[in-house]
Amino acid sequence: MSILGTRVVRTEDPRLLTVGGTYVDDLRVPELSAAARVTFVRSPIAHALITGIDVEEARQAPGVVAVLTAADIDDLAPPPPPGEGPPADGGGEAAPLPLGGPWMEPLLAVDRVRFVGEPVAIVVCEDSYSGADAAELVSVDYEPLPAVVTIEDALANETRLFPDADSNVAVESGAPAEAGAFADCEVVVERTIMNQRLAPLPMEGRAVAACWADGKLTVWVSTQNAQISRFILAGVFGLDPASIRVVAPDVGGGFGAKIGIDRDGLIVAWAAKHIGRALRWAETRSENLVGMTHGRDQRHVIKIGGTRDGRIEAYRLDVVQNAGAFPRMGGFLPFLTKLMAAGPYDIKHVEAASREVVTNTTPINAYRGAGRPEATAAIERAVDLFAAEIGMDPAEVRRTNLVTADRFPYQSPSGPVYDSGDYVSALDKVLAGAGYQELRAEQARRRERGDTVQLGLGLSSYVEITAADANGGETGRLDVHGDGTATVYTGSSAHGQGHHTTWAMLVESELGIPMADVTVIHGDTDLIPMGVGTYASRSLQLGGVAVQRAAGEVKDQARSVAAAMMEASEADLELDTDSGLWHVRGDPATSKTWADVATHAGPDGLTASVNYTEGQPTFPFGAHLAVVEVDTDTGKARLVRHVTVDDAGTIVSPVQAEGQRHGGIAQGVAQALLEEVVYDSQGNPQTGTLADYAAISAAELPSFELLTSETPTAINPLGAKGIGEAGTIGATPAVQNGVIDAVTHLGVRHIDMPATPVRVWAAISEAREG
Amino acid sequence: MEVTVTVNGSQVAADVADRTLLVHFLRERANLTATKVGCDTSSCGACTVLLDGQSVKSCTVLAAQADGRSVTTVEGLAAGPDEFHAVQRAFQAEHGLQCGFCTPGMVMAAVSLLNENAAPTEEEVRSGLEGNLCRCTGYHNIVRAVLAAAAERVAQ
Repeated sequence: MSILGTRVVRTEDPRLLTVGGTYVDDLRVPELSAAARVTFVRSPIAHALITGIDVEEARQAPGVVAVLTAADIDDLAPPPPPGEGPPADGGGEAAPLPLGGPWMEPLLAVDRVRFVGEPVAIVVCEDSYSGADAAELVSVDYEPLPAVVTIEDALANETRLFPDADSNVAVESGAPAEAGAFADCEVVVERTIMNQRLAPLPMEGRAVAACWADGKLTVWVSTQNAQISRFILAGVFGLDPASIRVVAPDVGGGFGAKIGIDRDGLIVAWAAKHIGRALRWAETRSENLVGMTHGRDQRHVIKIGGTRDGRIEAYRLDVVQNAGAFPRMGGFLPFLTKLMAAGPYDIKHVEAASREVVTNTTPINAYRGAGRPEATAAIERAVDLFAAEIGMDPAEVRRTNLVTADRFPYQSPSGPVYDSGDYVSALDKVLAGAGYQELRAEQARRRERGDTVQLGLGLSSYVEITAADANGGETGRLDVHGDGTATVYTGSSAHGQGHHTTWAMLVESELGIPMADVTVIHGDTDLIPMGVGTYASRSLQLGGVAVQRAAGEVKDQARSVAAAMMEASEADLELDTDSGLWHVRGDPATSKTWADVATHAGPDGLTASVNYTEGQPTFPFGAHLAVVEVDTDTGKARLVRHVTVDDAGTIVSPVQAEGQRHGGIAQGVAQALLEEVVYDSQGNPQTGTLADYAAISAAELPSFELLTSETPTAINPLGAKGIGEAGTIGATPAVQNGVIDAVTHLGVRHIDMPATPVRVWAAISEAREG
Repeated sequence: MEVTVTVNGSQVAADVADRTLLVHFLRERANLTATKVGCDTSSCGACTVLLDGQSVKSCTVLAAQADGRSVTTVEGLAAGPDEFHAVQRAFQAEHGLQCGFCTPGMVMAAVSLLNENAAPTEEEVRSGLEGNLCRCTGYHNIVRAVLAAAAERVAQ
């Protein structure tokens, strides 16, 4: 029986549970034994001209090795030519490269700062305590400029962040409103909603160590993509990639914010090369909350129209993305939002348009879902608004409009082709699993009694895109050694996703080599020069299939060797994947082990390298039901149950797929109820520490109720789709809808996220007065 | 100042600056890097260790305050997987960790929780771990792991 689909526990856990793994700041390698510490001097002002920097006093401070500013950067290649523009519509997530041209982002700030937290100088010191003291002595003269904080500020264009750009709008694209698109609709609802800014908050913040020796730059970085990091470093430093080694050791979470190596990481690597001293930097959480990229921050105008009996006929989504101070990936995220605008619904007419604006806030990048949770949040709110307007149960409106199972592959009006799905069945499973009718009855009783604590049922149906850059592929190499063990080299670099376990399962399944004898290596460009990495829920369906394919090629090589050894024809050779033994058909008593075969395999041994690409992405789907209690006196909302179907095709590791769903759901609940990055009107962060940012804890969550559903895709041989982001995509609008549903009978139609007690209480009060 | 701390049964002595935090003493002087720094406001619990058997956030304790006292980190819980503490065993069995960064602190907090309450309810586990943040697991399997470890220890 194949090990795939069975409940295997993770092989990486013992190391993490005993010595706590080896993250960048834990490295005790010889190259870093004399490493100095980097401390950043960051802008305390959102928008200002720099009129002077005095570093002399800091240079004299105890333990200081160097103090560096933009004036010291005289050894870098000139920036790439302008006009590269954003990635084409419909492309995948890629390295967070800036737009270039007038939007060019420097390493250390040159003549102006554009957000609180922007790097202005660095202090290199023997230890971080002295570094913090010395950083206080760097004196920077700022001439404050008016701060552009909100989307409205940016669109007003009274103050421009980039003097050489025409406006604060970095990218504008999409369909203009079509006249008459809603003309035939009996009902039209329009609303402006916010998808708020979030902090990705990996438990390990950014961390980099770097060393320049003998013409080679070695960079250890907490990243989702060692190879993309090397590509970026080579471009910025004008170095041959072969003279750069990037290592991603254990990585303490990424959630999209650790794609590639960012500006601050590049500064550390540059400084190590510039002063010829090994350096290390691990940011503080307070740095992390202003310096690491944020996620989301889109304003949506949603317009939905249809018939009074529940048929949705037209939908329009207008997105304004607050990209933060520099249009990194924030300039691209709305493309994914527009691509998924139609959601899982069969809607005749769908339009979407977007603008990306710059503001004096921390730059925006991918965060779990990267543009797709925003699309789902928008249409799921729109569907509920439409349902409330026509007085129909939101579950019934969804069932009426979901794409039916007989329509796949389905051409979405927003562009993509959905590969496979059964959206109605996902919804029905969730409704049945939760006991929807009984819950509605309980809700009715509480309403009738006028209970203080009301019940809300929040639904979302979703479809999402995974491996959006499927054609970018992933690498995998498999070696089987003379002792019968195997080594996997994968371009897909895990940071919690358990590749060591899953990739070993794939090898055991294909070759019968036990998982315990399979070593998985990732995140070292000297060993794996080519690869893409882990993001966009792409790993299993690209990197996993690459390993499976490599195993298949190794099996073919072994068959040939074993046939020669056993003096039989290849066609008669069989591999028993339960025992890992080769034998001739009909003669199970005589066999060869993998060790036998590998030993006789000749000078190259048994080895295969594969770069697996897919022609198109895959489209996981599902349905979530959130059961929410709202205290109508205090406005406090509490999630009491959360029931989901998340169908990601064939499941290889059920334990880990569930883990991905759990984590995704929690981050969705966090956005719906708690978390928000807040700035004041001057662009000062109000959530700059973990004491202020309302990160979700165990006490604010219930256990989750996961239902199973596996609709394989035909796009790849595993039948697998991505599962990393589904939980977040489905949970966020379900919980938001649940809060609102608890108080719709009081006249409330919408509450922006996070649905904090203050907001819920205000919405109830306003409706009651209303 | 000279500080001597018994860490996982061994004496570690070092001359440290007065302001040295216990977590940095453990990581830089005792060279035990399992205990992580996840924030600077005592909010995340990644640095949780036992000080004379009681859980503390080692970013909120000066090394000087630990002078002459005894600290247990996750490295001191078991010599290896064969000797796993019930909490470590349950974390693996229930998939209570993903990236692993919060794990040492979470495990130590769970050990302390079970020392104080041998048979907690789910709600007690959730409120007991409120000071330890995890961004990967949604806490679902962490809670299950702690309950499973409690059940295993009660059964013994």
